[in-house]
Amino acid sequence: MNVKKRLLDRARMQRAIRRMAIEVVERNRGIDDLIIVGIRSRGVPIGERMAREIEQMEGVPVPFGILDITLYRDDLTTIAPQPVVKPTKLPEPIDDKVVVLVDDVLYTGRTVRSALDALIDFGRPKRVMLAVLIDRGHRELPIHADVIGKTVPTDADEVIKVKLEETDGEDEVLIMEK
Amino acid sequence: MRTQTSSLRSKDLLGIEPLTPEEITLILDTAEGFKEVSERPVKKVPALRGQLVINLFMEASTRTRVSFEIAEKRLSADTLNFTASGSSVEKGETLIDTAENLMAMHPDMIVIRHKHPGSPKMLADRLPASVINAGDGAHEHPTQALLDAFTIRERLGRLQGVNVSMIGDIAHSRVVRSNIHLLTKMGAHVTLAAPPTLIPAEIERMGVRVVGSLDEALEGADVVMMLRIQLERQGKLSLPSLREYYNTFGLTPERLRRAREGVLVMHPGPMNRGVEIASDVADGPYSVILEQVTNGVAVRMAVLYLLAGGHLAE
Repeated sequence: MNVKKRLLDRARMQRAIRRMAIEVVERNRGIDDLIIVGIRSRGVPIGERMAREIEQMEGVPVPFGILDITLYRDDLTTIAPQPVVKPTKLPEPIDDKVVVLVDDVLYTGRTVRSALDALIDFGRPKRVMLAVLIDRGHRELPIHADVIGKTVPTDADEVIKVKLEETDGEDEVLIMEK
Repeated sequence: MRTQTSSLRSKDLLGIEPLTPEEITLILDTAEGFKEVSERPVKKVPALRGQLVINLFMEASTRTRVSFEIAEKRLSADTLNFTASGSSVEKGETLIDTAENLMAMHPDMIVIRHKHPGSPKMLADRLPASVINAGDGAHEHPTQALLDAFTIRERLGRLQGVNVSMIGDIAHSRVVRSNIHLLTKMGAHVTLAAPPTLIPAEIERMGVRVVGSLDEALEGADVVMMLRIQLERQGKLSLPSLREYYNTFGLTPERLRRAREGVLVMHPGPMNRGVEIASDVADGPYSVILEQVTNGVAVRMAVLYLLAGGHLAE
């Protein structure tokens, strides 16, 4: 695959995540009842960074959790081999809380559908918001993000590659051609 | 979207012997992910929705059958329990005929417990469904060895180099056989102790050490696995008396002091208190016997999940 364009570098990614954190706080008029939940795998570091930004802004830590959606995928019986299952870790009960789901790329919407199903099995949140670093379009389900780092129009044959310091050793977002 | 390259090579889990260390590690790692499911308010995930699992238990079992059934239900599979008593087996139907009739109902997986070694393999060779061995005679009981290994790894952080001593009826135990395969593959050191009549000849060829007394087996042990004396085999067991067995091979708090600090005491159940293990030890601070039961569900969920994937890929 060829790199077609670099969408975000380290500094711009940092700013995008900071802006996402600010928007989450603004939309909730504070951080009461807020829980940030990263979707494995790249939603986790992005969510952690948002939680850190919010803590710096507000001076209070915000609860952070991790959601593994593997067992809720709609393609589980058609993909092989099976993806590795890892634990879901939520810091506290989510009943009557505002849960901010965080992922790296919003594409077909199927991951988010799985995440919503997984989340509901843990309780009944007051509200669920979706925050994504990149929205690349091409939805296959009626799902939209509330907070978006960057909207990128893409062709179906393009691939968005999000690299993060924590998982890939560097921060950048690339658009690649198949 | 993540994809992971490692998977099980076979559509079946017939024993530990054919598994590679990588496959064993994959099952144990996957089980870690499943353990959390049992601690949720809604203890169910949709992973095996719409799949039919038949539990074919042709030999008495409570713990293993219940554990499999919970694992299946927590994965949202449909389950059907089939036992020998009250079925066509009592009317003389052969295992193959029973299985082929069940197969006509299109199950995705069959969990089988049978008194004859090799029955799971016979089914696996003939049927397209995934077959999981839940204990076949004195051959293997792979999910028991996997849950034992999971418990050791969770408590001690590793299997490599761990000293595991197994004490009791080595000769008739499929649990021992599966555990020896697993532990030696993963680099643990296995020591066996039992009255000479309960130790098969040349068992050392499986890569284990045999000692003559309980005290020798306990010396330096990180893990002590006590095996059930099969009371129903009394008379065939070549033991002078259960009292004498307890006096020479029963695990008591005093004897346990010879093992390492923080030793894990394990038992596959059901226990005979006052025969192979004293109540003070079974309920004592070193016992992880009930953790083994909890971990059994997670390990069986992992096996069902991994086989469901590999099987459908074919």
